[in-house]
Amino acid sequence: MIQVEDLAKNFTLHNQGGAVIPVIEGAGFSVAPGECVALTGESGAGKSTVMRILYGNYLAQAGSVRINGIDITRAEPRDILALRRETLGYVSQFLRVVPRVPTLEVVAEPLLALGRNEGEALDRARDLLTRLRIPETLWSLSPTTFSGGEQQRVNIARGFAHAYPALLLDEPTASLDATNRETVLSLIEEAKAGGAAIIGIFHDLDARERVADREIDVSAFTPRAA
Amino acid sequence: MPPLLSVHGLTKRYGARIGCADVGFDLYPGEVLGIVGESGSGKSTLLNCLAGHLAPDEGQVIFDTRAEGPRDVLQMSEPERRMLGRTDWAFVHQNPRDGLRMRISAGGNVGERLMAVGARHYGDIREQALDWLGRVEIADERIDDRPSAFSGGMQQRLQIARNLVTGPRLVFMDEPTGGLDVSVQARLLDLIRGLVRRMGLSAIVVTHDLAVVRLLADRLMVMKDGHVIETGLTDQVLDDPQAAYTQLLVSSVLQV
Repeated sequence: MIQVEDLAKNFTLHNQGGAVIPVIEGAGFSVAPGECVALTGESGAGKSTVMRILYGNYLAQAGSVRINGIDITRAEPRDILALRRETLGYVSQFLRVVPRVPTLEVVAEPLLALGRNEGEALDRARDLLTRLRIPETLWSLSPTTFSGGEQQRVNIARGFAHAYPALLLDEPTASLDATNRETVLSLIEEAKAGGAAIIGIFHDLDARERVADREIDVSAFTPRAA
Repeated sequence: MPPLLSVHGLTKRYGARIGCADVGFDLYPGEVLGIVGESGSGKSTLLNCLAGHLAPDEGQVIFDTRAEGPRDVLQMSEPERRMLGRTDWAFVHQNPRDGLRMRISAGGNVGERLMAVGARHYGDIREQALDWLGRVEIADERIDDRPSAFSGGMQQRLQIARNLVTGPRLVFMDEPTGGLDVSVQARLLDLIRGLVRRMGLSAIVVTHDLAVVRLLADRLMVMKDGHVIETGLTDQVLDDPQAAYTQLLVSSVLQV
């Protein structure tokens, strides 16, 4: 489902003397449907950078990332958007939404964008918000006013609204209490059972142990200082 | 699926000075393209050339018309282009006063666009006007008020209703949230996004506000000195800008 080959990334800081900072070199791995792979490595090793390249958020200098056969490093913006709509989900650590949009719509949006029936999309959103224990009194409010933990859970609900065949998770269990953490882990297990290829960053070692089938140490792709 | 709008080599000079130079892009149905850059970068010149308000010196603006398929708008006759401007195209000005008739009622402003495309039945026109005022969150009882009695945010929403009532397929927007309070901006953005999705509109939005394009645009074009210096997926251009100028632009935004 996801195939990464010989990926390289550096940042060129034009406004700081044109400094070139290599961050990833020779990254290669693949993830099969129904498999969950954890990216590991110390802070700054490039885990989030790899995730962002996989999502098409960062450009790569070399190599390829094939998701369902489409090379996201070379695809046209509209093909990447279609891929993100249908195939590739991403739960980031931060919720970014238009202020004023009610939580229920924020969660239903991925399904509405796919052209699903509104009733069906809202039912799915209610179901997820209930499972993630967001009180019903908050559903009609914008999540921008919520606490950090609540925003995180809204973000997860949104990320799981559509059954993406490929899913990227950036610390999905961070800042959650034990009950909610359990819910998120079961959502991940259900997605796996449904055949999703998942790549995650988990600082929560027990969570990683439980859902990940194998680990990839990103520091192996960190360029050595010359 | 053919692009809705296909632009090639569009150039506009003001004497020796460049307005915009050799701009080209494709816009597909349902896509929102953001054009960003500082004042004087050529983004408004480009928008006005695309929308037929300014005559470019070179280039093609090919629009996929309903009746005859792709046609170069620049080669159309003036009446044909004006008809397009009233039906399939809409233009939302930064200043609502430029897009509204200030001396006629809110309902009249919306109804006028309908009459321009042939609507004649008073009851139907008023009903559609009411429907559209509702969609842009203007209360029914304001239908007979003149826009001069409205706040800036309401005027802008009325301008959007007036523009969208004829069901256009392509909307040009010039700083649609400029000059509005931040809270009103958010409301307007939410409104525009909802309309774009429900009506399957394509839009070209010119702004200097990077937060606006992040929420509204699928793709981004960065302009400087009349030239397009960077293009790409909106979040990619903002989070991993490649050109020196884009890096400066993005890093200059105050974080909130």
